[in-house]
Amino acid sequence: MDKATLLEWYQQMVLIRRFEQRCSELYQQGKIGGFLHLYIGQEAIAVGTIGARGDNDHVITAYRDHGHAIATGCNLNHTMAEMLGKSTGLSKGRGGSMHLADKEKRFWGGHGVVGAHLTLAAGIALAEQYRGTDGGVLCYFGDGATNIGYFHEALNLSKVWNLPVIWICENNEYGMGTAVQRASAVAEIKDKARGYDIPNRRVDGNNVIEVYEETSKAFEAIRNGEGPQFLEMMTYRFEGHSMGDPLRYRTKEEVEERRKRDPLTFLVGHLQENDMATEEELDEIDEAMSAKLEEAVEFAESSPFPTMDSLYDHIYADL
Amino acid sequence: MARITMRQAISDALQEEMRRDESVFIMGEEVGVWGGTYAVTRGFYDEFGEKRVRDTPISEMVIGGAAVGAAMNGLRPIAEFMTINFAFVAFDAIINHAAKVHYMFGGQFNCPVVFRAPGGGGRQLGATHSHTPDSIFAHFPGLVVVSPATPYDAKGLLKSAIRSNDPVMFIEHHTLYQIRGEVPEEEYLVPLGKSDVKREGSDVTIVAYAQGLQVALEAAEKLSKEGIEAEVVDLRSLRPLDIGPAVESFKKTFKAVVVEEGYGLYGIGAEIVAQLQEAGFDYLDAPIKRVSQKDVPLPYSRELEQSALINVDRVIAAVKEVL
Repeated sequence: MDKATLLEWYQQMVLIRRFEQRCSELYQQGKIGGFLHLYIGQEAIAVGTIGARGDNDHVITAYRDHGHAIATGCNLNHTMAEMLGKSTGLSKGRGGSMHLADKEKRFWGGHGVVGAHLTLAAGIALAEQYRGTDGGVLCYFGDGATNIGYFHEALNLSKVWNLPVIWICENNEYGMGTAVQRASAVAEIKDKARGYDIPNRRVDGNNVIEVYEETSKAFEAIRNGEGPQFLEMMTYRFEGHSMGDPLRYRTKEEVEERRKRDPLTFLVGHLQENDMATEEELDEIDEAMSAKLEEAVEFAESSPFPTMDSLYDHIYADL
Repeated sequence: MARITMRQAISDALQEEMRRDESVFIMGEEVGVWGGTYAVTRGFYDEFGEKRVRDTPISEMVIGGAAVGAAMNGLRPIAEFMTINFAFVAFDAIINHAAKVHYMFGGQFNCPVVFRAPGGGGRQLGATHSHTPDSIFAHFPGLVVVSPATPYDAKGLLKSAIRSNDPVMFIEHHTLYQIRGEVPEEEYLVPLGKSDVKREGSDVTIVAYAQGLQVALEAAEKLSKEGIEAEVVDLRSLRPLDIGPAVESFKKTFKAVVVEEGYGLYGIGAEIVAQLQEAGFDYLDAPIKRVSQKDVPLPYSRELEQSALINVDRVIAAVKEVL
């Protein structure tokens, strides 16, 4: 991979991590409400996969969606404003943390019901196929989502109709507090895709280069009309499922062990080993991202809340 | 004007809209090669091909969800549930997604999907296949819910539903497919969210819709022979609810009966009664009565099932109570 691309990815991954850390603070200050699910530890997946998409490709994910919003290029100010429930937010304060979306960036949300958006992804892909475009869909979900009926119906239909979808399981080892082996009949999630005759493979989700390369191959396959593809990205969420997670289901030792495989540590190591970036250059990126983030927080904090007379806006498009 | 069946009217609406707009397509169980389990899409597979008349697996969750996704991404899907009872399996796709994506993302996405769902009791299909769950679907903002009573309204409302940029639950009572009514040759639309006075009268107001409307009209004819003239208001759309004509009629007759095939408890009738008394308290001459399905799961055995359903005699009895 060339230096410019890797530095671009580094920049995005740092921005996502800082964004999440800042959101954690804002949540503790009571400025972010509802549920808050942090993406820390999984950044390489959103960045590497979305880095491989073309101009007509779509992105849709579950509620752990901040990383995908940032990687698709959603305006950071408007993204942070949505976190704070402001009228300048991506979804005008109607969606919140779990429901970020930006149609212009072909980012279709941000969905809160586990597994449901896989069926939306099938429909978005169907529309592209119907119109005869080369567009495809990146659809993300956790390991826990592979146990709900939606998953199986969506995968089955995607194969029957040969839909251009790349199914991306972000296997972070736990569905909330339940370990994969306690909830899934098969140890390797990718084997579920085998049941629907969908080409599948496991990928080191903490290695942004491998993530990118495998996603690129999957895009090539769907462009060749080979139908849906399935990638199981192995990763780990460093923080709790959401804020307030008591973390009783895993040991500190396990978390420490997994932190050694931090996707940012990997990328920094790769850049330095290949003399692509000095520590000073990386520090500069860190500082620039922190500054950009503070600007977004300032924008969000100074934005107005939606007015009460806008409560009924957007219930219907026509009525 | 031709007198055609409701089945034909619905079929004609689908066919005309598919010929008019390439982005309209049908998906569902047995809609294609089979021609629809109620024969509504017979011949469509040959005319429009498998791209636009899409047989799906028996997978209501993805029928609902994929229709939402396709609608968000610019198509106009007509997703058919073989019966409304199976739409329960897709409840999350309909309520949490179709009815929410426009609002929850601040108006960025439209969801111009039509969910067609035949339903109702009276055909000895047993407790799980005989629901009239209209009020459940009508409960949620974001969804449009329509249930026609005549071939004319069925055609005009379905065409409006297909052209609407909002998600529409289009509920067809399966005992109405055979009824006939006048439908003009030329194109017309019936607006969503508008009720309609189907029969004029000055003694009592009967508010109804779908199969209940047919029962109400029959009751009104019989009452007329006894010198009682009922005004019959057809809601047509359950959401948005157009209560205006029912209120106007009530202010004229001072008495009302609400007829629905579904359960009374928390039902459509309960809502209509509440709105009539709020808007017309000073006009109230008698308690407003509801005629609805008895509070039991519907049984198979014919007479037993019929005893639980609404009928003309029950409507007449209710009218006489309020007079």
